[in-house]
Amino acid sequence: MSTGRYGDFGGQYVPETLMSELINLEKAYEHYKNDPDFNRELTQLFNEYAGRPSLLYYAEKMTKDLGGAKIYFKREDLNHTGSHKINNVLGQALLAKKMGKTRIIAETGAGQHGVASATAAALLGLECEVFMGEEDTIRQALNVYRMELLGAKVNAVTSGTKTLKDAVNEAMTDWCKRTHDTLYVLGSAVGPHPFPMIVRDFQSVISREARAQILEAEGKLPTAVMACVGGGSNSIGMFTCFVEDKDVRLIGCEAAGRGVHTGETAATIATGSTGVFHGMKSLFCQDEFGQIAPVYSISAGLDYPGIGPEHAHLYTSGRAEYVPVTDDEAVDAFEYIARTEGIICAIESAHAVAHIMKLAPTLSKDDIIVCCLSGRGDKDVAAIARYRGVNLHE
Amino acid sequence: MNKLREAFTKNKKTVIGFMTAGDPTFEASVQNILALAEGGADIIEIGIPFSDPIAEGAIIQQANVRALKNGMTTKRIFELVQRVREKIDTPICLITYLNPVFKYGYDRFFEDCAKSGVDGIFVPDMPYEERPEAADYAKKHGITIIPLIAPAAPERIKAIAESANDEAYIYVASAMSEAGLTEQSKQELKAVIDEAKKYTDVPTAVWFGIHTPKEAKRVAEIADGVIVESIAVELVTKHGEKAAPYIAEFIEQMKTALS
Repeated sequence: MSTGRYGDFGGQYVPETLMSELINLEKAYEHYKNDPDFNRELTQLFNEYAGRPSLLYYAEKMTKDLGGAKIYFKREDLNHTGSHKINNVLGQALLAKKMGKTRIIAETGAGQHGVASATAAALLGLECEVFMGEEDTIRQALNVYRMELLGAKVNAVTSGTKTLKDAVNEAMTDWCKRTHDTLYVLGSAVGPHPFPMIVRDFQSVISREARAQILEAEGKLPTAVMACVGGGSNSIGMFTCFVEDKDVRLIGCEAAGRGVHTGETAATIATGSTGVFHGMKSLFCQDEFGQIAPVYSISAGLDYPGIGPEHAHLYTSGRAEYVPVTDDEAVDAFEYIARTEGIICAIESAHAVAHIMKLAPTLSKDDIIVCCLSGRGDKDVAAIARYRGVNLHE
Repeated sequence: MNKLREAFTKNKKTVIGFMTAGDPTFEASVQNILALAEGGADIIEIGIPFSDPIAEGAIIQQANVRALKNGMTTKRIFELVQRVREKIDTPICLITYLNPVFKYGYDRFFEDCAKSGVDGIFVPDMPYEERPEAADYAKKHGITIIPLIAPAAPERIKAIAESANDEAYIYVASAMSEAGLTEQSKQELKAVIDEAKKYTDVPTAVWFGIHTPKEAKRVAEIADGVIVESIAVELVTKHGEKAAPYIAEFIEQMKTALS
């Protein structure tokens, strides 16, 4: 069996034409992750460019209003480019540069990872091409223009369901053809080894900071740590440094779309089964013959038929819990946190906020919830208006 | 000897024909596969359609979409093979992404392969490292798994080549270029084949979007066999349910070019 396993999950299920490059990437990563210069440069980029460390914010009004556990938000929405995606992108783009690559490619759903990739490419002087489902280029038109402003080329993907999974397909196909000068900067904790590991490592800065911050603020560990889950990059980053703290509940909030019983859902844990896709063995929404299901969510960033292999393992081993959150609940939460805390968060992150609204009142005042607010919601305002039947003249 | 390996010993250069199962319909694809045999294909490869065929170009991707839309399933693949087997004895290899096999269950899949008359299987997204989880089941039911070798470090080519000794043949591929089979890609493929031949006598076939008899001929200079995929599928795209005679004619041209 290959390396890069999380229990039964993970592996490297890719065409042989990619294997050598994955082996190169793993070797390069294993070298640079212990290289003091690399780490110094990355920390400098984090702190002086991306605005780290991000705040751990006590949401006092929400805490009072919901009347239960104390609620803290890890404010990844305040990072440069407006989401947690920049953490991983700076790491991988720097790695690409060290490996002598001149071009990076990326997939994107909501556009956050695409914008972050375009940003890092501009800063580090790399060529950048982003693959985005055609459906998502419409849902997130503003982000397409942002990427172009940053000098990236955006390719609208018209195959399949024209969403995130198809963008990953196209990016992989492109990479197969052009590994000599290109690194595929995968944005989620999915894909063949070593990607899930690399993405987790670069994103774990979230929980490394959050764990220290909550100990500083409260003198104890939280009752529960939460994050939204699509492929699972912000959530794995939020969970990692708490995994060994066995008393801390880890809760992932996945996109149920119109509901887990409707067929119009992207809730992989609730509706999926084990399979092999996008280079990994993990859990996927699929039919009885292993055809990948056309999933749905209001959130382009969570609209993905699978979940990272480490999440699949955290779930099957019982270490983490995963709950489905519907479009309606997420939109309600999007509006609630805006009015209550004055924070317009990403519709992806609003899935986690929705679950806080259910969970916090059931806990006591001694309990603490730390939730990752993975991104800001400017990009979603027009879509939320449409959802509410408001016609914006932009 | 496995029938697939026999095809290589019988022919100077082996022509491998390809069709996506159920494209555009079940019945038409039965006729198209028979047309491959009629045209003289030495081996027939049947693709199991998949929702996300990432290793394929646009032409075969569309064939996958057509076949799935018309109700093709893994179960019906075996009915299709049975139907074809009533008429022809040409060795058959299935080509599929791993997920349909995994989901069907390895034991059940290879059992149904054996029962319906499949000789081998090629799984593009199951590299050397991931083969063991399926290999024992394949062996149990007498199905050969075709390995793939691509440009890589010599020790990797050695490991895969040596692991191929019990199998029928080896595919050799390199990154497909938009420019088709350039002299550079041909030399790249040749270098891989030369390296592999140091460690195995198993015949090699090149897997590289071959489009014309001329290209096939150039590939045959360096390998024992050639797979012609997209151009045959293109005929289905063009002629729909009436593609069979065109397919037979095309394969005949390929055969002639290589004999």
